[in-house]
Amino acid sequence: MRVVVDYDLCESNAVCMGIAPEVFEVRDDDFLYVLQDEPDEALREKVQQAATRCPKQAITIEG
Amino acid sequence: MAEPRIVVVGASLAGLNAAVALRAEGFTGSITLVGSEPHRPYDRPPLSKQVLTDGWGPERVVLPAGAGEALDVTWELGVGASGLDLAGRRVELADGRALPFDGLVVATGAAPRSLPGVGSLEGVHTLRTLEDAAAVSAALDVDGVRVVVVGAGFIGAEVAASCRERGATVTLVEPLAQPLARVLVPEVGAVIAAVHRDHGVDVRLGVGVEALEGVGHVTGVRLADGTTVAADLVVVGIGVVPATGWLEGSGLTLDNGVVCDETTLAAPGVVAAGDVASWPNPRYGEVMRVEHWEHAIDMGTHAARRLLADLRGEPGEAFAPVPWFWSDQYDRKIQLAGRCRPTDAFEVVAGSLAEAKFCGLFGRDGQVVAALGMNMPGRVVRYRRELQDGLAWDDALAAARPAPAP
Repeated sequence: MRVVVDYDLCESNAVCMGIAPEVFEVRDDDFLYVLQDEPDEALREKVQQAATRCPKQAITIEG
Repeated sequence: MAEPRIVVVGASLAGLNAAVALRAEGFTGSITLVGSEPHRPYDRPPLSKQVLTDGWGPERVVLPAGAGEALDVTWELGVGASGLDLAGRRVELADGRALPFDGLVVATGAAPRSLPGVGSLEGVHTLRTLEDAAAVSAALDVDGVRVVVVGAGFIGAEVAASCRERGATVTLVEPLAQPLARVLVPEVGAVIAAVHRDHGVDVRLGVGVEALEGVGHVTGVRLADGTTVAADLVVVGIGVVPATGWLEGSGLTLDNGVVCDETTLAAPGVVAAGDVASWPNPRYGEVMRVEHWEHAIDMGTHAARRLLADLRGEPGEAFAPVPWFWSDQYDRKIQLAGRCRPTDAFEVVAGSLAEAKFCGLFGRDGQVVAALGMNMPGRVVRYRRELQDGLAWDDALAAARPAPAP
């Protein structure tokens, strides 16, 4: 599983961080940092939920 | 027994997510999604922003889960529901047909309030649908267009910002003393007013609208203080009323929306979700009706599971979310997690009001009830998680760094 963020769409709402803080972090500079590009399979459900709930649909999961 | 049939009335965010959740839970019966608008479910937040500023059309706002045929539902679009026969288990459609159901999801949303006594002047709009947004956007194509936005709630404030980005002359009129004064404490409303003034908006606070002027097309807005503001375009953002007209006399309890129990059940085999649904949130001990984007997803999902449990004769779980939403105005992102009132205590715990970049906490009865951020999304999300578990006011303030002097 590979996490891809479209930074042209991302608005740093930080919803993803609320759901999967192991993978996503919005810092005080307002930018989203992906902490793991290829998270463990055990995190798939959380990452999928983060993608679904992203208000900008900026997150996609490959693989 | 034949496969059960579920009808979802309201083809929007809550209704769509209810359908998605029904399928995700393994429901194999028929699902019919009824929508009064002609479109597949679409995303409304861009209507006050990118549709106005960046020319986004229907193809950019359609919700991916409702596009294509993967969801395996029957669409009844462009025809609203006109009635509910609860005993007969049928939804009546405006074109005279009726849809039988075993389970019903009510997700008809809300309709914007109009200014009373406006009549039918052209150039006066509310903002709820794609067509509304397209009409406002088209009006902004005229060079030097003068816009009056009535109501400095979140929709009005976003529209004012988008109109400024399009180069319009903008006046924002709000009868209360500050923007968002029904929700936020005055000092935060003052920051939002200042952000708009810094961007060239003429912000008129504490003054209501007396009348709209013009013959055929609007030419001005007369305010309660006697002044008249010239206007080519008026956008009215003074709140919404839940869309329950089709449920009058159905036997469902209506009181500021469809009244549900704490599990989102409105009657046996009937659930409600989203803007239209009123329910006692056990987390707050308060009956709520929440109009936020994420709430529509969460309540739609919860209601779908609740409905399936009910059809199996099983009890449901309470729906007890911490509400959360965001609003984008210019380069400011406002986010609020929790449930606050203008009378709550308020303390800035990071950044400062002066630089319009801060995170603040709202407190009541020794507990933090909400966290608000302006351009501090990470902090709001962390507080949101803590609010899920309950957060004592003193502990939260002790853990935060002292706020800088104002």
